[in-house]
Amino acid sequence: MRKISSDRISSVVAELSMDANFSLRKDIFGALRGAWASEKAGKAKKVLGILLENAEIAKRSKTAICQDTGMAEVFIDIGQRAAVTGGGLEDAVNEGIRRGYGKGYLRKSVVSDPLLRKNTNDNTPAVIHTRIVPGDRVKITVMPKGFGSENKTRIKMFNPTQGASDIAGFVVEAVKKAAADACPPYIIGVGIGGTIDKACILAKEALLRPVDRRSRKTHIAALEKSLKKELNALKIGPMGFGGGATCLAVNIETFPTHIAGLPVCVNISCHATRSATKTI
Amino acid sequence: MTPRSIQLPLSTDTIKSLKAGDEVLLNGYVYTARDQAHFRFVKAISERRAPALIKGQTIYYAGPTPACPGNAIGSCGPTTSSRMDFFTPHLLKSGLKGMIGKGARSEDVRRAIKRNKAVYFITIAGAGAYLSKKITEARPVMYKDLGAEAVYRLKLRDFPAIVGIDSNGKEI
Repeated sequence: MRKISSDRISSVVAELSMDANFSLRKDIFGALRGAWASEKAGKAKKVLGILLENAEIAKRSKTAICQDTGMAEVFIDIGQRAAVTGGGLEDAVNEGIRRGYGKGYLRKSVVSDPLLRKNTNDNTPAVIHTRIVPGDRVKITVMPKGFGSENKTRIKMFNPTQGASDIAGFVVEAVKKAAADACPPYIIGVGIGGTIDKACILAKEALLRPVDRRSRKTHIAALEKSLKKELNALKIGPMGFGGGATCLAVNIETFPTHIAGLPVCVNISCHATRSATKTI
Repeated sequence: MTPRSIQLPLSTDTIKSLKAGDEVLLNGYVYTARDQAHFRFVKAISERRAPALIKGQTIYYAGPTPACPGNAIGSCGPTTSSRMDFFTPHLLKSGLKGMIGKGARSEDVRRAIKRNKAVYFITIAGAGAYLSKKITEARPVMYKDLGAEAVYRLKLRDFPAIVGIDSNGKEI
């Protein structure tokens, strides 16, 4: 067994939570710059230019890209030959969030009870997804998820005889309903298959894939491309100012499902979709 | 078009002159308020003790990140305005004159803006680091127990915005 101390887990989580909030992902910065370059002069282009400037200011001055530094979702792939020593894994992750959100001057947006709504003042707990995988490494991803976009999530159980065009229609409706509320240009994470909880996690995992990389499944890659085109034809644009940039990418992940169903989750994410990953 | 510089709090003449789609640079004081502060404001209004800071003032739908040493404020962009739609007509009736946020408003809010001669501004969503440079002072003044959702008094300097709904009820 390879031993990894819980303190090491905490310091990596702390570092990743700051990194994700200060440095816009390279793939997303690139996509925003592309959108800016191809936009005709006008309000939409001006806003895209400010978003690029915002990313540069954030990185340079270690100020959060967006004030909604999110509820932290932490994805951990833990090798089955790795052992965490000196404390529990979940406690270590939450300690990392506590340190990172404190040291990074990030906003504490988590309440301890969904109905009583008292702020925990350290942004814990994180939502933690662990998977046991082969090997002895631990891969940690921190995704701070803002709720302006999280609030626009849609889920639906389709009939098994329905298909790609029905799902596409549902995604388009979800984006139309969000309009400019959730900070376009969007990255759309879609989870198809599994059970409904699996579909929701797939939609989140989809957001972690670089926006310039299409699905390896050809029928899914085709759906991603045609949906992106359809969404950009809506002409919502940054701040609702129209133009060609409503969506930077549609990322779809799939999983086998049951003969009786077709679960779908659409998770809309903003132009400041954040995540950072490290393997130890 | 060069944006117009606008002084806050908004005067009656300024409000009348602002038209949907106008680009502006806001200067002066605003108060931040989000969901829980709105909930409390409206509860106070229903008990006939409307907070004095509403009348004639502008509310910014925002909850900033804490300020790093040497800075006035952290990241401070707008939150989704529509979550405040239920409360807004009550605040407008109590004398609120301006709101800054992101996204569309309900028909009820649009009518209340027209009826009470107020203005709804939208600002750059998701550009909190950029906007933090347009804020020169920040001080929590009310509901400090709410943490990130407390009411802050902010001083804006050339804070960019666009008129989303004008005092005639016209939308961008």
